[in-house]
Amino acid sequence: MTFKVALASATILAASFFGTASAADLTVGFSQIGSESGWRAAETTLTKQQAEERGIDLKFADAQQKQENQIKALRSFIAQGVDAILLAPVVATGWDEVLQEAKDAEIPVVLLDRTVDAPDDLYLTAVTSDLVHEGKVAGQWLVDTVAGKDCNVVELQGTTGSSPAIDRKKGFEEALAGHANLKIIRSQTGDFTRTKGKEVMESFLKAEDGGKNICALYAHNDDMAVGAIQAIKEAGLKPGTDILVVSIDAVPDIFQAMAAGEANATVELTPNMAGPAFDALEAYRKDGKAPPKWIQTESKLYTQADDPMKVYEEKKGLGY
Amino acid sequence: MSATLKAYARRLFPQVAALAVILLMVSLAFPGFFKLEIQNGRLYGSLIDILNRGAPVALLAIGMTVVIATKGIDLSVGAVMAICGAVAAACITSGYGLAATLAITLGTGVLCGLWNGLLVAVLDIQPIIATLVLMVAGRGIAQLVTEGAILTFNDPGLIFIGSGSFLGLPMPVVIWLVFGLAVALVVRRTALGMLIEALGVNRRAAMLSGVSTGVLLIAAYMLSGLCAAIAGIIAAADIRGADANNAGLWLELDAILAVVVGGTSLLGGRFSIAASLIGALIIQAINTGILLSGFPPEFNLIIKAAIIVLILVIQSPRAQSAFVWFSRPRATAAGKAGEEAK
Repeated sequence: MTFKVALASATILAASFFGTASAADLTVGFSQIGSESGWRAAETTLTKQQAEERGIDLKFADAQQKQENQIKALRSFIAQGVDAILLAPVVATGWDEVLQEAKDAEIPVVLLDRTVDAPDDLYLTAVTSDLVHEGKVAGQWLVDTVAGKDCNVVELQGTTGSSPAIDRKKGFEEALAGHANLKIIRSQTGDFTRTKGKEVMESFLKAEDGGKNICALYAHNDDMAVGAIQAIKEAGLKPGTDILVVSIDAVPDIFQAMAAGEANATVELTPNMAGPAFDALEAYRKDGKAPPKWIQTESKLYTQADDPMKVYEEKKGLGY
Repeated sequence: MSATLKAYARRLFPQVAALAVILLMVSLAFPGFFKLEIQNGRLYGSLIDILNRGAPVALLAIGMTVVIATKGIDLSVGAVMAICGAVAAACITSGYGLAATLAITLGTGVLCGLWNGLLVAVLDIQPIIATLVLMVAGRGIAQLVTEGAILTFNDPGLIFIGSGSFLGLPMPVVIWLVFGLAVALVVRRTALGMLIEALGVNRRAAMLSGVSTGVLLIAAYMLSGLCAAIAGIIAAADIRGADANNAGLWLELDAILAVVVGGTSLLGGRFSIAASLIGALIIQAINTGILLSGFPPEFNLIIKAAIIVLILVIQSPRAQSAFVWFSRPRATAAGKAGEEAK
C-alpha cells in the first residue's frame, strides 16, 4: 500500500517536473573563453542577465583561455542533457568531434562572437559582429562629418596581423574610397593598448607639424583612442575639436571622454551576443525552423549627441 | 683620476657611438627630429619623447644590470610592473593618500623581489626558472587586483608622476636619471659593486672570501623589484589607469636587451649601469625612429631586429678582435711615418 502511494506520488512528481521543463524553462550551457578582456567580462554579465530575464537556467563554464577546458565543458553539458549550448570558441580549429557529439545528442550549438572551421551543419548558427562593417560605419561618420572639407586622417591600427586590425582598416578604407578630400596620411600599430596608443600618437603629432596637419584620428579600439586623447592634450591641442576622434568598441571610458567633448564618435561592438542567440534558440524550439547560419549583431554608432554620460552609467556596471 | 675617466670613456664609447649613429639615421628620415621647443613650461620634442618613453625600460635596466651582474636574470619585472601599477591604482581609488599609495606600491615591488631572491639564494633554484614563476603568476595577481578591468584614477598627485614635469623635464625622465645616478653612486662609491662582481664571477669563491652572497643576491632581486615598482607606477600614471593585461608586457625582454646592448655579459661579473641606460635609450630611439619614419607597421619588428643584430655583431668579441687586427697595420704605418718625419 505504502509502496503504491510512493510510486504514485513519484509519478506525479516526475510528471510535474517534466511538464514544467518542456514549457518555458530552458537549460542552456555557456562555455566562455575566460576573462581575457573587459569586453568579455561584459559579455558574460550580459549573457547571465539575458538568461535571467528569459527564465533560462544558464550553466556557466569559464575555460580560462584553454580549448581543452571548453571541450570538457561541452562534453559535461551533453552528459547533463542541456537543451542548448552557447560556445564562444577560443580558437577556430579542432571542434569537429565535440560538435558532432552534440549533434548526435540533438543539442543545438550557437557560436558567440567568433566562428569555427567546421562544417556548418554541426552548429545551429553563429552570432558575431562584422568587423569590416564596423570600420565602414566609423569611416562613414567621418565622411559625413567633414562634409567635403579637406581632412588628413591618422590611423592607430590594432595588433599587426590580427583579424580586427585587418578588417577594421579595410572597412574604414572602403568608406573613404571615392572621397578625395579624406586622406590617411599616417598609419601605425598601437597594439590595442592605451600606452602604445599614446606613444604612437605623440610621434604622429611630432611628425605632422605639431599636429596642425592632422584633422582626424581613427583608432581601431577605444583604449588606443583614450591614450591618444591624452597625447593630444599634452601637445597643447584640443581633442574632439582640433582633431576629431573616432574609434570602435564603445567601452565605458570613451563615453566619459565624449561627455567631456574630447572624443567624437565610437562604433559599438555589442557585448550582448546572447540576446540574439536566445531569440534564435527560442524560435527554433517553437517551430523547428533553423535560423540563418550567421546572425550579424548591430554595429551602433554613438556620438556626443547620444547622452554619453547616460550610456556610461549603463555600461559601467557590466564589468568592462 | 684622468686614467679612470679615460677607462670610463672607453667602456661607454661603443654604446654612445651606436646611439649617435641611430639618432643621425632617424634625423635623416625625419628632418625635424632634433627640434626642441618649450611648450606649457616644459621641453617638447622627439628627443624628449625618447627619454620619456624609454623611462620604464631604463628603470628596469638598472635593476636588471645588477641582477645580471650576479649571474642571474629577472624575467618577472614586466609582471611586477603590472602588479605594482594595479596596486597603485587600487590604493589611490580606495582613498589612501599619495604617500601611502607610493609606500605600499614600492613595498609590493620589493616584496616581489624578495620572493625571487629567496627562491634563488635560499632554495638555489636557477634564476631563469625562479623568476619565471612570478612572470607567469604576476599577471594573474594583477588581474585579481584590478578585477579584470582597466582601473582608472584621477588623483592629480599620482598623474603628476606620469605626465607632470620638473625643471622642464617630464617627471619619468627626472625619476630614472636620479634613480640611475643614485644606484650607480651607491654601487661604485662603495665596495658593493665589486662584491656583486665577485659574486657573479664565482659565487663559491666570493663566499669563501667572506662575502655574504645570500644577502647580496636577495638584495639584487629586491632592487630589481623596486625598479619594476617605480616603472609600474610611471606606466600606470602615464595612462591614468592600471592595465593588468598589457602594462609592462614583454618589457623584461627589452630590459635584458638593454643590458646586453650595454655590453654587460649575461655570464655575470663586470657591469655598467650607465652603459645599460644608454642601451635602453638605443632601444627607445629605434622605436621612436620607426614611428616617426612612417614605415608600415609590418616593418617595425624587422627594422628593430636588424639594427640590434648589427649592434651586437659589432660588439661581439670576434668583431672586436677583427677591428684591432685591421687597425694595427695602419697604426704602425702612421707611427713609422711619424718617426721618419722626425
